Amino acid sequence: MTDIALQAIGLVRRIEGVVAHTLVNGIDLAANKGEFLAITGPSGSGKSSLLYLLGLLDAPSEGEVIICGQSTSKLSESERADVRLTKCGFVFQFHFLLAEFTALDNVLLPMRAAGRMTESEMRERGLSLLDSLGLSEHANKHPNQLSGGQRQRVAIARALANRPEIIVADEPTGALDTASTEQVFSILRDIADEGQTVIVVTHDPALAARADRRIHIVDGKIAETTERGVGELILETGK
Amino acid sequence: MKLVLNIAWTHVSTRVRQTLVGMAGVAMGVGFTIMMAGLMQGSQIDFLRQLVDTMPHVTVEDERRSVPTQPAEQEYGAVQMSDIANVGRRAGIRYPESVMNSLRAWIPGDVAPSVKTTAIIDHGGARIGITLTGIDPRFEVRVSKLASQMRQGKLDDLSRASNGIIVGEALAEKLGLKTGNTVRLIGGQGTRLNSTVVGLFRSGLKRVDESQIYSLTGPAQIMMGQNGVINQLRLRLDDPLSAQKVAAQVEAQTGYQSVSWQEANADLLSTFTVRDFIVLTVMGAMLLTSSFATYNIISTITHEKRQDIAIMKSLGMREYAVRRIFIVEAVIIGVVGILFGWILGYLLCYGWSQITIFNPLTGTTVPLQIYYSPMHYLVAGGISLLCCAGAAYFPARKATRVHPVEIIRGSS
Repeated sequence: MTDIALQAIGLVRRIEGVVAHTLVNGIDLAANKGEFLAITGPSGSGKSSLLYLLGLLDAPSEGEVIICGQSTSKLSESERADVRLTKCGFVFQFHFLLAEFTALDNVLLPMRAAGRMTESEMRERGLSLLDSLGLSEHANKHPNQLSGGQRQRVAIARALANRPEIIVADEPTGALDTASTEQVFSILRDIADEGQTVIVVTHDPALAARADRRIHIVDGKIAETTERGVGELILETGK
Repeated sequence: MKLVLNIAWTHVSTRVRQTLVGMAGVAMGVGFTIMMAGLMQGSQIDFLRQLVDTMPHVTVEDERRSVPTQPAEQEYGAVQMSDIANVGRRAGIRYPESVMNSLRAWIPGDVAPSVKTTAIIDHGGARIGITLTGIDPRFEVRVSKLASQMRQGKLDDLSRASNGIIVGEALAEKLGLKTGNTVRLIGGQGTRLNSTVVGLFRSGLKRVDESQIYSLTGPAQIMMGQNGVINQLRLRLDDPLSAQKVAAQVEAQTGYQSVSWQEANADLLSTFTVRDFIVLTVMGAMLLTSSFATYNIISTITHEKRQDIAIMKSLGMREYAVRRIFIVEAVIIGVVGILFGWILGYLLCYGWSQITIFNPLTGTTVPLQIYYSPMHYLVAGGISLLCCAGAAYFPARKATRVHPVEIIRGSS
């Protein structure tokens, strides 16, 4: 049984048009189960594009993504949606909670979409997730009644709802203050420590340094990979 | 499905004003459609009822539909005959009693003999062409509503006066006739007959009331110059709608031309068909137009909820599931609107039925005839629901086709 939760092979993402543009240019990487992987890089380097490819939100122009041993290159859009629903959890820079729903209802959304649990089981899990993120008192509040950090924690709870193998986070602390940023990163660290793979795109080098591995992207290619605990040892240099 | 319903309900319930406008649009469309259908069908049924009550359902006449086939035509395939000599043929239906008895054995109704001819009524210096129908009152009550259409006198009075006649009310008014007056009838061959008006009738059809006179068969035969002849058999059926089928069978059996009331009024019925088509087109347009409000609402919601659509898709909800949310929203608006539309439709129908109008044909004031049918409610509701779902489908499809990454990037 492999320990690799996610593998990318020769990923390329091109934007076709009058002026063709390559966002991701031949990336190979693998993320192990329970690994906390940080993707860094300057603006426009292609790190978010890479993340969307890894989370199956976008389809590569070339190459393939293998999630939990399952190749996704030949899946239809509906099948990709199913993989996203059950195996990937998304956290974005903005919380993207549904405004008319309470925090609990937002957390229940992926579970209801998957339809694998009874309503009472879903509510129990939803409340448990909110409780573990310190939001039990806010379960019945709407997003506009929550602070930025609380909203982002609700978004994390929503991402965890279906017990996905992989959590994909695109600058989850980008719109938060320092205290909330620390809180969110601690939560993501804990999630990885509990065995789920976490892939985070961040601009913050201090936070990236707390990841198990850091991949630095420049011009759509991996410029360097740094592993935590080995200091700032450069394992691999982009060509 | 519960999730879809939950989101859909949240969307519509948090946009009360827009939702109410959409529901009002649907309700108006459905309500007025039901009213129009009730009014249209009511007036049509009322007219047809008068027509069917007044006319025999099937009339068997002593005529043939075509010239009898000639021996040469039977022998050779490529023969064309014209200007065939008129072989003398005795007027009237042969052995009418036998024919009637054989028909009574199978037709779902009854049959009565009559003599139909034309004449001129001469009274007070006025001469008017009329249709004179000689009847037998004993059988007539079985095949027509003439007895119930009598305004003065009775059918049996025909036997109680010398050459008694029953005159249409409109004709009597035109000639200034009253019961007991004597008029002169002039037949086609110059026969003159003094007759006594023993009764007045009103069928409700002006063309009948202005030109129809009834007598016993004897005077009518005298006016026709054919004693003892019966030239018409009139059938009344239990189910007037079976008249065409029965007429065809009677014609096949007797060989005489048998005309159903539908055939006799084919031009009128075709007018109804055209009218139905026009009204149905208008009603369809009303329902379609009423769904535009739903289209607007769903378009607005899908536009406002682009970010939610993107996030739902990114979480793993399938495109059709997201699309279904907006269709369910339209269905919610549609269903509630339809329920109110049904109430509105009923109230409008009731309101119209309280209005009376002067009918120049009958010269009476009558209430507007409304036909209440569950089918109107079901059809209007069903079409409206389809229009609403259709109106939601296109903006929903367009919105859910958007790639989530485009929206997420745009929002970041």
